Amino acid sequence: MTEADEAIERAYREEWTALLATLAGQLGGDVGLAEEAAADAFAAAVAEWPTRGVPSRPGAWLTTVARRRAIDRLRREATRSAALDRLETLMRDDDTTEPEPLDRSGVHDDRLRLLFTCCHPALALEARVALTLRVVGGLEVAEVSRALLTTETTMYQRLVRAKKKIKTAKIPYRVPDADELPARLHGVLHVIHLVYTEGHVASSGDDLVRVDLCREAIRLCRLVVELMPDDAEALGLLALLLLTDARRPARTDANGLPVSLEDQDRGRWDQALIAEGTKVVERALGSRSPGPFQVQAAVAALHAEAPHWDATDWPQIAALYGELSRMAPSPVVTINHAAALAMADGPQVGLAVLHTIDVDDRLDRYQPFHATRAELLARAGDTEGAAAAYDRAIELTDNAAERAALEARSRRALRS
Amino acid sequence: MKYMLLLRFENNTGPAEGTPEFDAEMAQWGEVMGELGKSGAMIAAHGLDTEATATTLRVRNDEALVSDGPFAETKESFFSYIIIDVPDLDTALEWAKKMPNVTYGSVEIRPLSAHEQDA
Repeated sequence: MTEADEAIERAYREEWTALLATLAGQLGGDVGLAEEAAADAFAAAVAEWPTRGVPSRPGAWLTTVARRRAIDRLRREATRSAALDRLETLMRDDDTTEPEPLDRSGVHDDRLRLLFTCCHPALALEARVALTLRVVGGLEVAEVSRALLTTETTMYQRLVRAKKKIKTAKIPYRVPDADELPARLHGVLHVIHLVYTEGHVASSGDDLVRVDLCREAIRLCRLVVELMPDDAEALGLLALLLLTDARRPARTDANGLPVSLEDQDRGRWDQALIAEGTKVVERALGSRSPGPFQVQAAVAALHAEAPHWDATDWPQIAALYGELSRMAPSPVVTINHAAALAMADGPQVGLAVLHTIDVDDRLDRYQPFHATRAELLARAGDTEGAAAAYDRAIELTDNAAERAALEARSRRALRS
Repeated sequence: MKYMLLLRFENNTGPAEGTPEFDAEMAQWGEVMGELGKSGAMIAAHGLDTEATATTLRVRNDEALVSDGPFAETKESFFSYIIIDVPDLDTALEWAKKMPNVTYGSVEIRPLSAHEQDA
């Protein structure tokens, strides 16, 4: 890798979000134009740095070039007064002498504004995820489309539509007011959590890309924590992601088959991530404003500190899931609650909780529901019921590796 | 930034006429429209009669086709519109949130076209 390549890559990692956030601020919140101009600037760097050398202040160079490219683009479309207004603002900021050092004073707020704009509830959820990856995370459109399992054309159109909506419906480029902030921040965290889950559940697609997605989610979450250090739920999500990621090396065996938490080799868990995650969850819980992400992180921390499956503090985990079903009730939480209760107090107690769920069509197609039920029925000695539930779970699994694992569990349960 | 709020509700939802709840909602409408008027954000607002009173016209091959009813049968009927001029979508959403029908019907927030924005 040449020096220029390295410098471009480093600038991309370190400067993308700040550059885009600053530009969007100067362009009156036009995230789409900011993104195009930032991409133009990096394209210019790729063309010029290898031959002319790397500028002494890459960030400042990129900002100056991006601003000029934005001016060019606005000149081409300067038919509407809004474009003219933005053009004037930009021209005022642009001196054609040496590039100024990048003004970082407002960048903290700008990055937050960028994040809230990309995660605005007036955009479709899938658009929020894609925009956050592209605009805040700086992933290339091709990478985003690979990560989210769509074609590049579809992803490109989705992004264009979202950016157009930001502009035409005038989604404001700002951090929401105090009274809206908790709900809107939860929306941002939800998007980041989705990005992680997308990478974590290797339902299909290229595994390497999925790992990138997990890393990107953690990076985005660190950004939110850096920007809002006192928010307990942001800390809770960061802890949850770190503690979940710590188990990744043990989640698949040598043949790439998934390994359940019970059977994982805990020696392969990443202790550095566990240590950090545990510290973060303690910091979150210390602020005494509990929330669903903190509860899930606390569960993950309890799993992380158990030296083996039988040493897991099941009563405590069951209590936490009980708390979670009060905070954020959902069938998925109830299933986890039932499984933890079964470990703490016996399979009958777990089954009783499972039976409280109203099974609709969607839940009937939810594989973990049947897998958990099969497990508990087998442990309660109902071999026939367990066999039927295992069959249903296997039937609902489209991932070959997962199916093999379920079939093995089924055989093991029905032999004992 | 000019937006139209399109107010809809599903028939037979919300408080029935003649109940205290209905009167309470009417008072709420009066309050929110008063507040909107005083804020200077309101450009226009009109309530519509029921969809049963609507007539739809289409001209195809030079022939006028007049039919009874609204242009599309939907579950939600469109009963009122309000045009406001506010700084951005979040402000428009805040006004929309104050409309009493939002708890049992819906409010669509649609920017006027670019051409209308500058008018």
